[in-house]
Amino acid sequence: MPSQGASTSGVNNGTSTRKDSKRPKSSAFTQQELPACKPLLTPKWVITIFMLIGVVFIPIGVAALFASRNVVEIIDEYQTVCVPGRYTTNGEREQFIQDVNQDKHCNRTLTVSKLMKGPVYVYYQLDNFYQNHRRYVKSRSDKQLLDGNATDTSACKPEQYLSGDLAIVPCGLIAWSLFNDTYNISADGQQVTINKKGISWKSDREHKFGNVRPQYFPNNLPRDLNGSLIGGASLDPNTTVSKPFIVILLNEDEDLIVWMRTAALPTFRKLYGKIEQDLAAGSTLSITINNVYNTYSFGGKKKLVLSTTSWLGGKNDFLGVAYITVGSLCVFLALLFFLVHWRYPRRLGDTKYLSWNQHASAN
Amino acid sequence: MGPQRARQKEKKKRKIRLSKLYTFACVRPTLEEGDIITPLGGPGFSRVVFCNEPERHRIKPFKYRSNYVSTTKYNFATFLPKALFEQFRRVANLYFLFTAGLSLTPLTPFTPGSLIAPLLFVVGVSMLKEAIEDWRRFLQDREVNSRKVKVHSGYGNFEEREWQNVRVGDVVRIEKDQFFPADLLFLSSGYPDGVCYVETMNLDGETNLKLKKTDESTLNLDGDEEFQGFKGEVRCEDPNANLYSFIGNLVYDNLVHSLGPQQILLRDSKLRNTPFIYGVVIFSGHDTKVMQNATDPPSKRSRIERKMDKIIYLLFSVLVTLALIGAIVFGIRTKFHMEDWWYLRPDEPSPYFDPNQLHLAVFLQFVTALIMYGYLIPISLYVSIEIVKVLQAMFINQDTHMYYEELDKPASARTSNLNEELGQVDTILSDKTGTLTCNQMEFLKCSIAGVSYGIGVTEVERATAKRLQKSIAGIDVFHSNETDAFLTGETGVEMMEKPHIKGFNFKDDRLMNWNWLSQPQSAIIGMFFRILAICQTAIPEEDHMGNVQYEAESPDEGAFVVAAREFGFKFFKRTQTSVFLRETLDPTGKYVEREYKLLNLLEFNSTRKRMSVVMKDENEQIFLFCKGADSVIFERLSKAGREYEEATKVHLAKYGDAGLRTLALAYRKLDEAAYADWNDLFIKAKTTIGPDRELKLDEAADSIERELILVGATAVEDKLQSGVPECIDKLALAGLKIWVLTGDKMETAINIGFACSLLRQDMKQIIVSLDNPEVTAAGDLNNKEAFLKVCKESILEQLTRGHQEVSVDAGSDAVYALVIDGKALGYALEDDMKEKFLQLAIRCASVICCRVSPKQKALVTRLVKEGKGRTTLAVGDGANDVGMIQEADIGVGISGVEGMQAVMASDFAIAQFRFLERLLIVHGHWCYKRISTMVCYFFYKNIMFGLTLFYFQAYSNFTGQTLYNDWFMSLFNVFFTSLPVLALGVFEQDVSADICLEFPTIYQQGPKNMFFSWARIERWIANGVSSSIIVFFLTVNIFQHHAFRESGETAGFEVLGATMYTVIIWAVNCQIALATSYFTWIQHVTIWGSISLWYIFLMIYGVINPVISSTAYMVFIETLAPSPIFWLTTLVVGLACNLPYFVLSVFQRQFWPMDHHIIQEIKYLKRDTEDPEMWAKEMKKAVEKAKIGFTARFEATIKQVRSKVHRRQTNKKHSHDSHELQ
Repeated sequence: MPSQGASTSGVNNGTSTRKDSKRPKSSAFTQQELPACKPLLTPKWVITIFMLIGVVFIPIGVAALFASRNVVEIIDEYQTVCVPGRYTTNGEREQFIQDVNQDKHCNRTLTVSKLMKGPVYVYYQLDNFYQNHRRYVKSRSDKQLLDGNATDTSACKPEQYLSGDLAIVPCGLIAWSLFNDTYNISADGQQVTINKKGISWKSDREHKFGNVRPQYFPNNLPRDLNGSLIGGASLDPNTTVSKPFIVILLNEDEDLIVWMRTAALPTFRKLYGKIEQDLAAGSTLSITINNVYNTYSFGGKKKLVLSTTSWLGGKNDFLGVAYITVGSLCVFLALLFFLVHWRYPRRLGDTKYLSWNQHASAN
Repeated sequence: MGPQRARQKEKKKRKIRLSKLYTFACVRPTLEEGDIITPLGGPGFSRVVFCNEPERHRIKPFKYRSNYVSTTKYNFATFLPKALFEQFRRVANLYFLFTAGLSLTPLTPFTPGSLIAPLLFVVGVSMLKEAIEDWRRFLQDREVNSRKVKVHSGYGNFEEREWQNVRVGDVVRIEKDQFFPADLLFLSSGYPDGVCYVETMNLDGETNLKLKKTDESTLNLDGDEEFQGFKGEVRCEDPNANLYSFIGNLVYDNLVHSLGPQQILLRDSKLRNTPFIYGVVIFSGHDTKVMQNATDPPSKRSRIERKMDKIIYLLFSVLVTLALIGAIVFGIRTKFHMEDWWYLRPDEPSPYFDPNQLHLAVFLQFVTALIMYGYLIPISLYVSIEIVKVLQAMFINQDTHMYYEELDKPASARTSNLNEELGQVDTILSDKTGTLTCNQMEFLKCSIAGVSYGIGVTEVERATAKRLQKSIAGIDVFHSNETDAFLTGETGVEMMEKPHIKGFNFKDDRLMNWNWLSQPQSAIIGMFFRILAICQTAIPEEDHMGNVQYEAESPDEGAFVVAAREFGFKFFKRTQTSVFLRETLDPTGKYVEREYKLLNLLEFNSTRKRMSVVMKDENEQIFLFCKGADSVIFERLSKAGREYEEATKVHLAKYGDAGLRTLALAYRKLDEAAYADWNDLFIKAKTTIGPDRELKLDEAADSIERELILVGATAVEDKLQSGVPECIDKLALAGLKIWVLTGDKMETAINIGFACSLLRQDMKQIIVSLDNPEVTAAGDLNNKEAFLKVCKESILEQLTRGHQEVSVDAGSDAVYALVIDGKALGYALEDDMKEKFLQLAIRCASVICCRVSPKQKALVTRLVKEGKGRTTLAVGDGANDVGMIQEADIGVGISGVEGMQAVMASDFAIAQFRFLERLLIVHGHWCYKRISTMVCYFFYKNIMFGLTLFYFQAYSNFTGQTLYNDWFMSLFNVFFTSLPVLALGVFEQDVSADICLEFPTIYQQGPKNMFFSWARIERWIANGVSSSIIVFFLTVNIFQHHAFRESGETAGFEVLGATMYTVIIWAVNCQIALATSYFTWIQHVTIWGSISLWYIFLMIYGVINPVISSTAYMVFIETLAPSPIFWLTTLVVGLACNLPYFVLSVFQRQFWPMDHHIIQEIKYLKRDTEDPEMWAKEMKKAVEKAKIGFTARFEATIKQVRSKVHRRQTNKKHSHDSHELQ
């Protein structure tokens, strides 16, 4: 190219002689010329992508919906019915609950509408209970749960020391407020065993909770009517009602371990136990509930839930619905795109859409 | 000593007295009449300098500043506090400092480290950058401060000393081509009459040498030994910034001599054409005028960053609002419900949740929320932008297309703040000398006796020819003479094989190698060369080889003598009264030495626009040789002398259009008697004392410069840097406006305008200057106030007339150019007129300001920047451009030539003007798009993440509990989402570099700000909000309270948090994949790598000690991975939240495509190679409507030719018709 002669003529003599030249390295990387894939969303691709999503998602959604529908679930809300009818307000019910002299057992009868294949999971469901309150979530000592004698348990305040200097193990509000209603189930008169082993996560049992003996816990279990506060279950063998005379180490107390995995939402279920047998359709379940846990002060519901599971877990249509919705939306978009494209076609790379050609035609 | 001294005197005598060459006493009175003589010693005039007694300046009150110059911002002691202060002036940083401070209190929702570390990083990086930049400045200072100069050390001895050790009162000796180390009082020079030449290019950009003259009293101090007992006392003004004035007295030998600017040599100017001078330092270091002029370098921020600040403020208000809402709801809930929540032990509350001290609790909660929602304000954005910009700058530095081989200089982005601003430039303000031109004059063409010689081509012609060859097909005017000339010119370049002679680029076999002797007009040609050789004021320097170099006052004069030398008229010696030539009149190289007696020299000045010599040759024949502007010469021709007028005029017009600087040459034969008469008159005029003197001299000169005989004309090329016309053309096609601001005189500036195709013959020039009769008349009245008023009115009137002219032609194709003179500009820039000036300038296609001072350059830049509100870029190479470079949004320094001031003040340094094209159109465009996409994406990402935190608050009583594990949160911006966005910021290309250059109009996406408009930002923010809603509510509803896997467990904090976080990681990384159009392995690695990194992190974090990992312990391996619902949620939610963006962009692309979309498609389908014609056609159309540049020039030419052809055809047809009728 003769036209470049002038500018490059002086160039050649310079390169060979200069040693430590500042000439930039000429590589594909430094010159920003790396081989690159430049994917382009052509109409074909767009329609294919939308259709593909639709084709994949709708069946998944249907399958998920099926799974959810196959789950059999029995829910019994008992916080009101398990308190004698004369206590009409939550305040009165709270007093009833806190009265150590009252018997709080309560019998419920439920019918199994559909065959429930074992294992059937037993849950308690609480409502309006803020396990996710910042004060509550922080109020624990992981270190103490693991080895029993943490030096710093300040996070556990105010459930840190009993009468001033006795370190509570396990400390903190979470442990202190452990759920302590108990359920006793019999099906058609036959006692049903509720297996309480294996309801917590293995890693929790093995690595988060140690062979730690509870101490000075709880400090203020149901006092009499004068005691205004009541916490959860007792881990102290001398005072407990539900587990008399058994000393359980922390890593064996699966109820505690389950409870200590705080729930993220104010309505939550936690595993109470497993029934390792089938519950036949039509059979009657009679359940004895020891209704001692206080949800009355904040108006929370208590529910007993018996549920089977599918490969997706419990009963919830939402995932299936979400898949079907997104899938159908994509199919719809594919059609819409196709129609609009068919009505207003644009050839790929059509130069008439370039701004300078548009200006020209506008003029 | 005696005889030695005598010999020296002898030697001196042989030297010429330069001042004799100048008829019109070269030194004019320094004080103008009307100036009030300020009493020295009064306020503002208190300085006393004891010459040659520097030790007296060691003690007060005469202790002045040392000559040590420092331009650094910091020193070791002040760096930390000052730099920190600078950092925390940014509101965002202050906020981050505030949160980091609070993170040490229990208020924090996060661990302290996660807040402090990023802040330390951001501030650290910025401070490091400051430190490095300051270090560079320090090195530069040290280099300057340690330059050597000869200083009188007593007893007539001079010793070398570093500049920083020079003190006030020192006598210094400066050799030729050295810089002055301080402001000096000029005492004496190597010339016996005490003159010296000074180049002030670094100060005001003027390329002409300036003549300085000593006071008569110190003339004799012209040898080292003279200073043994020298004593003098200077009383003068205090240091100030005015370069052109000086008031002072010198008391020497008990006499008081008045001093003016003529006796002052300023620091940073250079001694030229003078062997040596002596001077006394009167201002040193920061007291010097040039340092007084220096301003602190402003810290510049790009438009995008400034807009980003606004978005930050917006997000700030969102943040405060959210925090406020949260705190209020928290307060209400706490007040009414806290006591019900027995499990929180409301009977023993902590202050944070105490319903009894609600105000405090609410306030503390508010503060906590402020920290937590900090995710809305991405601190990592600042970090990432810093990193991206540094990397972008590295790529700019690495670009081999911007590397200048000859000087071994790559481009360098000196500040990385402004990369993206390069993509938004609207107006370029360019210096001329050293930037557009090389400051090299070359004799290129001439017209002698009506014949044009010289086949060399200018840069413009070359560029036009190139363009013509490209578009030959289909143009019917192709065979016109003009294009032929261009094409033959093209071949001329190839022939260039001879070693290049500086100042001479003439090629034409008819004249070269003594072929001119065989030309029919050889006598006239000889006369032409003789005029070139004699009618000048250069000083020859002959070395022992017989080679002669010239020291000329201006480079074009140098080119003339060089040309004469090359043609065989070698000027080799000048004495007081004669000029000696060696004339070689045959090819064998035999020469005769001839002496031409100089009788008179009528000096060149800007009003006369000509110079003449009256000389007597060896035949006692008296001639007047005259060279000058064509208009001036033509009106002075005799009837007989007009033989070649027509032909010469045609040639001159052609030369002028090509941007060549032309002068006409003429002579007159005088007889003895007539000369004697005139000489009497002239001597009388010369000896006149009083205000009439100049008038009389002018009249006298005028009376003899008549009845001239035209010989021809010269065309000198003010050599453009290579590629300048192409670059200007490309920039014009990209829609950029180019203003030229030069310190040179109007004619030169206009020539360059033509040379760069900023001006064309068919453009209408609006010239605004004070060079008109009314103003001159007013100037003679000696009434300053009236004079100012007249000037102002004149300018106003000219501007108004310009407006009218432009308005009248508003609809037509007429193109206007505005040329304004520095003095006129002074008035036009006044507050009441500048708006008018700007409006006129905007409506003109090109604007050229000439004779502008550095300060005016800066003022014009500010006017454009503020008046137009668009991005300005200033490019220059000298110290006189520093103001402009600092004032403009982007300052570009040309690092090609000596003098680093411009480069030091600049933001980008390139070696050649032509690299501007690539810097702006490629790098600027890319960086603009990258940064704007990146910033938008950042806001999207953090809004999305931050809002999920907020939604969760609604489920947890606004207590400030976060759903995610602490470490997830702090690593979100650092680890899992940072690399892809860095990759986008550094490597993304919407179109390749070639296409950027081929379709310059794409550049306009930047100046029109299509990618960082509020609409676009809002869309991204909306994208963030919608994504956050989709992510949060879908995930929460999928998980709810039921079992989430077959083995019956329900989802707790850890499951919901980790799942939602996983979805967010997928969503934001897929989002950036959607926003990327250029996938190299880097993009793939960063995007998919970031996602994998998250899983890997989750696994590793999950197996370390549960006390550390807390809720994340084993969460992936044990809980999430085996649960199908986790994977299904990731898929559906991740996809769903990208759907809105995807749908929108797909539809927009398909039905409202933008230019780069279409081009991407063409490239994708390879239609550019299949249908090169279409491709070429589009390329040609992809330009902004440019009114300047050679494309416009070329089109105008074609149009003219076409209309001419058309007219001829219609005429023919008419005549044909009429013939037929007859």
